[in-house]
Amino acid sequence: MSDTKNETTTRTGVRAVEFVKSLDAKAPGGPIEQRWDKHRFEMKLVNPANRRRYTVIVVGSGLAGGAAAATLGEQGYNVKCFCYQDSPRRAHSIAAQGGINAAKNYRNDGDSIFRLFYDTVKGGDFRARESNVYRLAQVSVNIIDQCVAQGVPFAREYGGYLDNRSFGGAQVSRTFYARGQTGQQLLLGAYQALSRQIAAGTVKMFPRTEMLDLVLVDGRARGIITRDMVTGKIERHVADAVVLATGGYGNVFYLSTNAKGCNTTAIWRAHRRGAFFGNPCFTQIHPTCIPVTGDHQSKLTLMSESLRNDGRIWVPRKKGDTRDPRQIPENERDYYLEERYPAFGNLVPRDVASRNAKQVCDEGRGVGPGGLGVYLDFADAIKRLGKQKIAERYGNLFDMYQQITGENPYEVPMRIYPAIHYTMGGLWVDYNLMSTIPGLFVAGEANFSDHGANRLGASALMQGLADGYFVLPYTVANFLAQVKPGGLSTDHAAFGEAEAEINDRVKRLLSINGKRTVDSFHRELGRILWDECGMARNDAGLRRALQRIPELREEFWQNVRVPGEGGELNQELEKAGRVADFLELGELLCIDALHRTESCGGHFREESQTEDGEAKRDDENFSYVAAWEYTGNLARPELHKEPLVFEYVKPSQRSYK
Amino acid sequence: MNLTLHVWRQKNSRSEGRFETYQAKDIIPDMSFLEMLDVVNQELIMKGEEPIAFEHDCREGICGSCGMVINGYPHGGQKGTTACQLHMRHYKDGDTITIEPWRARAFPVLKDLIVDRSAFDRIIQSGGFISATTGVAQDANTVLVPKSNADAAMDAAACIGCGACVAACPNASAMLFTAAKISHLGLLPQGQPERYARVVQMVEQMDKEGFGGCTNIGECSAACPKEISLDVIARMNRDLLVATIKGGK
Repeated sequence: MSDTKNETTTRTGVRAVEFVKSLDAKAPGGPIEQRWDKHRFEMKLVNPANRRRYTVIVVGSGLAGGAAAATLGEQGYNVKCFCYQDSPRRAHSIAAQGGINAAKNYRNDGDSIFRLFYDTVKGGDFRARESNVYRLAQVSVNIIDQCVAQGVPFAREYGGYLDNRSFGGAQVSRTFYARGQTGQQLLLGAYQALSRQIAAGTVKMFPRTEMLDLVLVDGRARGIITRDMVTGKIERHVADAVVLATGGYGNVFYLSTNAKGCNTTAIWRAHRRGAFFGNPCFTQIHPTCIPVTGDHQSKLTLMSESLRNDGRIWVPRKKGDTRDPRQIPENERDYYLEERYPAFGNLVPRDVASRNAKQVCDEGRGVGPGGLGVYLDFADAIKRLGKQKIAERYGNLFDMYQQITGENPYEVPMRIYPAIHYTMGGLWVDYNLMSTIPGLFVAGEANFSDHGANRLGASALMQGLADGYFVLPYTVANFLAQVKPGGLSTDHAAFGEAEAEINDRVKRLLSINGKRTVDSFHRELGRILWDECGMARNDAGLRRALQRIPELREEFWQNVRVPGEGGELNQELEKAGRVADFLELGELLCIDALHRTESCGGHFREESQTEDGEAKRDDENFSYVAAWEYTGNLARPELHKEPLVFEYVKPSQRSYK
Repeated sequence: MNLTLHVWRQKNSRSEGRFETYQAKDIIPDMSFLEMLDVVNQELIMKGEEPIAFEHDCREGICGSCGMVINGYPHGGQKGTTACQLHMRHYKDGDTITIEPWRARAFPVLKDLIVDRSAFDRIIQSGGFISATTGVAQDANTVLVPKSNADAAMDAAACIGCGACVAACPNASAMLFTAAKISHLGLLPQGQPERYARVVQMVEQMDKEGFGGCTNIGECSAACPKEISLDVIARMNRDLLVATIKGGK
């Protein structure tokens, strides 16, 4: 980090921050295609005989964490891996459907590492770091090789070669897939590699164990405090380096496509200990989810956006038209994406598709219960290709839709609505994926890294595995090579203090015995964020949210009811701890969204749009990563900026017209 | 609609369990089965009682966390459906529903409807993998896999490790789970070098965990939310026979 000489006040920052420091990403210079090779050579190595003397903690067992733990174990480090689920095989990476990108150019259709890099930087609306994204595109090819070697059953052609498809509007076919269960198969590959290391004794697995705090000694990450979710025992773990691969924070919105257990606790605790939080307001809303049916709704289900390849999106032209969609004649239907974006039509990127759906629903033309839905209609595709062909392509998705809604999408148009799906923001990391706390690495969705302000389809699996298999094993080693192994026990005062804080917090949560359940607070927080910091954001709304969230947090600590005891399996207590952290993160999300007065990617500021209502970026003022430092005062975090420099992809306004 | 629930309550693995009766009120057909339990739990909390503990995570039928025996059927008996994807429109007003945890010696109850399925992890650790250290792989298209084999491997690999097969089996056998992994890896060229050692080790671990034997009843496959076929068990048995003749190599 450089000093504070470019100190300024933010333009809107009433509650936002005053001081600005800039961050050093430690990205190597030189020609971009040589940077990773050069860096790999320059990084330090640990002698194979010495590796077992180093302990690395990996929190999370999804694509990033599972891959990192397995690989570090293979290399001979002493690894401890933690997950809150009963088995590492259940991490939420498992739910990814569509596929994984790789610049293999197996279709001979013009793909290359540079094109994948270019598409990702552009798709991220020029808010990602070029060096990282290039590296991601480079190692994407190794990921596919590795996964095939592990036995991941990717789709094949009749000749036995790997099949590919075009995904998410990409103009080349670079997506590898395993039916609609690509995430599951990639995760099981990592899980099996991890299982092999557990059997070999290099990795010790701690399932049903939740990280509740990070322990720093002399400014370095040296361990974690955990809770055994069966016995309730609070435990201390010491290490030479800590990796957080704990996923995204989309559940701050309560309703999302995330698993119910997904949470921010690990990264939020690390943030409170000094790790900067990068671009928290960059959240992704996925356009093709099944709409909400009522207040009981506990989560939202995503359907692969491959559906948009053949489905046509429309709403009635007339407001409040409740006719059976099949009775609405063609000239009374508004195929709004096809009309507004003739070049891309129904295949516009996720952020554009989602925003347009919101707009037509806000106009009162939404369909289904509550008017929060648009039609995704396959009637034309069925007429053109036959029901058989459609069933081959989307059969499992149609079945899932019918299972959930009770409607048959072969007969009646599907109803879809956008839902929170992915968080591009996360803990700030440098080129080595190390946070601002030395020895604390952050991987996968938990870091802010490679997707800028908007993630492209089939890129999350790629990033998780890139970080876990091919980046961390080098960069963690480089860090370890520069420190002496061990030399610290869990008797150190820092562990005692952190444990005492956790014990107090648990006791406090259990003693309030108020009048509202944890879920009711979580729902209310989610509602505030969805309304004021969801698909479209504006100054007044964000200020309202910044008023209400601290009040809600206050009420939570006065009035929440957590039944049961600490020393047992207690799911309400687990939730309460997570929601307490969401109530703090929610405020930072809005502070970041308020300060960024431009629109970019998933962050649409109503004040910053073009004449025809498209997102308007402001490169002059906002071409940086906003990295927030915890100051002890949640309302006044300190902003640090990492300026973004584009040497290879010239920033341009995204246009899909 | 209003329902009567008989739910297995058990404080922990050391205590005895029992059925308790609860009323689920104002349930709407669009709710999932787990959302119905959410409603009951919110009410229990406000009445000062302990909510029903049940395992769940993705709630979209892929993570394999949820699992409960509903009216005698694992996951409720709708074909190819996990409990989280089961919807209340399959029930009617006034119904009585019995909800129990998986019952198997190898899956001890931890609390209420939550069981310990770590035996499955240990079966995979005993050999359910291909030893491909990160970095060893050559270009992915140098190994060709006939489409039919890739498809059959994927059919087997679809297992979500929920344990319904064990819960459904009168012998509490884990053959379908174990055989699914053996088939997935054994159908692929990459899985050949370890094929016979794998089957011997995994079957040995499965027996060690206290699962019962297979008597070809087929309840496992009928209850499987991913509809994994009994064929995988036949394949496993063939591989085990060959492995025994070859001396496990």
